[in-house]
Amino acid sequence: MNSKKNIKPVLELKNLQKSFGDNHVLKGFNLKLFEGENLVVMGKSGSGKSVMVKCLVGLIQPDSGSITIQNQDITSMGHKELDLLRTEIGFLFQGSALYDSMTVRENLEFPLRRHKDKIENFQGTEILVKEALENVGLADAIDLMPAELSGGMQRRVALARALILKPKIIMYDEPTTGLDPITAKEIILLMRNIQKKYHTSSLIITHDVDCARVISNRMILLVDGINYAEGTFEELSNSSDPQVQAFFKN
Amino acid sequence: MNKENSILTDIKSFFAEIGDMTFFAGRFFKEALSPPFEFRELLRQCYNMGNRSLLLVSVTGFILGLVFTLQSRPTLMQFGAQSWMASMVSLSIVREIGPVIIALICAGRIGSGIGAELGSMRVTEQIDAMEVSGTNPFKYLVVTRIAATTLMLPLLIIMGDAIALFGSALIENLKGNVSYLLYFNQVFDALKFSDIIPPTIKSVFFGFAIGLVGCYKGYYCSKGTVGVGEASNSAVVYISMLLFVIDFIAVFVTDIFI
Repeated sequence: MNSKKNIKPVLELKNLQKSFGDNHVLKGFNLKLFEGENLVVMGKSGSGKSVMVKCLVGLIQPDSGSITIQNQDITSMGHKELDLLRTEIGFLFQGSALYDSMTVRENLEFPLRRHKDKIENFQGTEILVKEALENVGLADAIDLMPAELSGGMQRRVALARALILKPKIIMYDEPTTGLDPITAKEIILLMRNIQKKYHTSSLIITHDVDCARVISNRMILLVDGINYAEGTFEELSNSSDPQVQAFFKN
Repeated sequence: MNKENSILTDIKSFFAEIGDMTFFAGRFFKEALSPPFEFRELLRQCYNMGNRSLLLVSVTGFILGLVFTLQSRPTLMQFGAQSWMASMVSLSIVREIGPVIIALICAGRIGSGIGAELGSMRVTEQIDAMEVSGTNPFKYLVVTRIAATTLMLPLLIIMGDAIALFGSALIENLKGNVSYLLYFNQVFDALKFSDIIPPTIKSVFFGFAIGLVGCYKGYYCSKGTVGVGEASNSAVVYISMLLFVIDFIAVFVTDIFI
């Protein structure tokens, strides 16, 4: 990653701070995500990982600090500009967050209908929906309702929805939480394949060591609201720091 | 002292909530008047709220007309005033009982439904997902639902009133041998535009209140699945109270001008 020091990051957080009353969740968190990179942010439950990623997409307003995505500071953006920028970002929610009153097809069509002008040579939603579902191996589930899908299938459909606008950055909030080990592994491999196919930059929030091992190019450990440690999976897993070691012990 | 403090806190939070709801209503008008407009979703919501409430409103209206006529008959007969039945029932139902009862029924069916639906969307992050996909969830979810209830409730109330009058006519026909033609002639003789317009305007406000409170409670739902239940439940309580307040104001204003 040293060679990337001179490259401009696609996403950058500087001194991000966020408190909820007396609970100081983020105390000056920094992060840089480079093009084509898989960056894993790891931390204990309740350490502020989800708060951080929600600040990144404007769902939570940070108390201070700057958030730059593709050279645009999102903290000073208006709603319309932010909505436009959000089409460049795919987001996979922890609980999939599929619209449960819509079929799989309608879930995938939803972002397309609103932003079809963003797709080059747009020839209708049908082709794009089928392509996205084939990417995640669920072409047959197109007319099912989310309630008819298993947890793993829901996560795949959510991933297809996150990818449908061909975003440049994908953020995964705990992508393997709540899944059995086999399904979790399938999702991790799927994430890796998608990254290879579309050359996206990925920010993965997780506490799953297996997920981090398979997918990460670089890792940041979020402890007590700050970047506690940073490096590749091998570097961190071989660290002698007991607090870092605690993440890698089974 | 603690009890006094807790009552004070409750009163403060009640008024704070009223204030928040007023801002929520203000945001509705701002978003409703600015493009893009979600016509497709508005039509879907109108279908959901209007068409799917038809059976409930029809049954309620029919039974309301039947029961009201059955209960009033003996008293009117004591005074030899059965011929007044059509005008009394029609005025009571069209001006007051019909709109209030049907609005309360819709508060239970539509208001709690909106509260629960938006509440569960909030706690399962579906509203966040919508926002992240570059869609304004307030416009898509809230504006369309409030507009749909505001448009649909007057129609449901007019239909419910008509069915209630039919129920009343049926009883008069069976018990008093009054023909349907005579009954409805008497109904239309008794009703003037000044009896129909104010309740129709009132029902627009009823619809707005049902949509507004249901959406507010659901949209700001928290505390997981418990919060969804609370949102749905408190939506019905708040709407019911608000309906009576609106009804009182409407009757008061009507009394001044008509």
